[in-house]
Amino acid sequence: MAEIRVDCRGETCPVPLVETRKALRKAKEGDIVEVIGTHPASKKEIPMAVKSLGLELIDVQEEGELWRIKIRK
Amino acid sequence: MAGKVTIIVHSGDMDKVYSAFIVANGALAMGMEASLFFTFWGLQRLKKGALEKGALSKMNMLGLGKWMVKRRMKKARAASLEKLLEDFHELGGKILACDMTMQIMGIKKEDLRDDLISDYCAVGTYVNEAKESTITLFI
Repeated sequence: MAEIRVDCRGETCPVPLVETRKALRKAKEGDIVEVIGTHPASKKEIPMAVKSLGLELIDVQEEGELWRIKIRK
Repeated sequence: MAGKVTIIVHSGDMDKVYSAFIVANGALAMGMEASLFFTFWGLQRLKKGALEKGALSKMNMLGLGKWMVKRRMKKARAASLEKLLEDFHELGGKILACDMTMQIMGIKKEDLRDDLISDYCAVGTYVNEAKESTITLFI
């Protein structure tokens, strides 16, 4: 099981969502994808995508404008 | 979740082509399928080297408005159309080119970015794609 990190700090719509999807497509089942970013709407929308994709949202954390989302494939 | 979005890209204006790709890429990111049907002015943007060449739909002011918007987009770190197209392709999006537009406007396959185009087709293909779509837009 690998942990894949996606850094979207400073990126705006639709990049964080699309980069998350790209990483999830490449990940193997059981892998963890961790996305970090600063785009406010993506913090809400990445969990929506995780739900649509039927994957597991492990954690959403926030420190100031930075957020961190962990997903298990 | 399944579902599909089919968009007719009729406009070749920069901002409208952005809208089409952003919606399509968002849909792909959320696990849907996406097809873009390029026709009329939209198809011009699939010519080699023409993707970023569209004018602004409003306040283009002979390119000055576009230049200003582009500068602000760069500052906001908005993705280029080239990157959006690349992502669209990587996530399995389908690009359809209208063959009647090609005939009318004298566009040949070799003028277009053929490697990215899944099919050269007509309205029947659009309707076929759209009837199984949950979202369809005309841009």
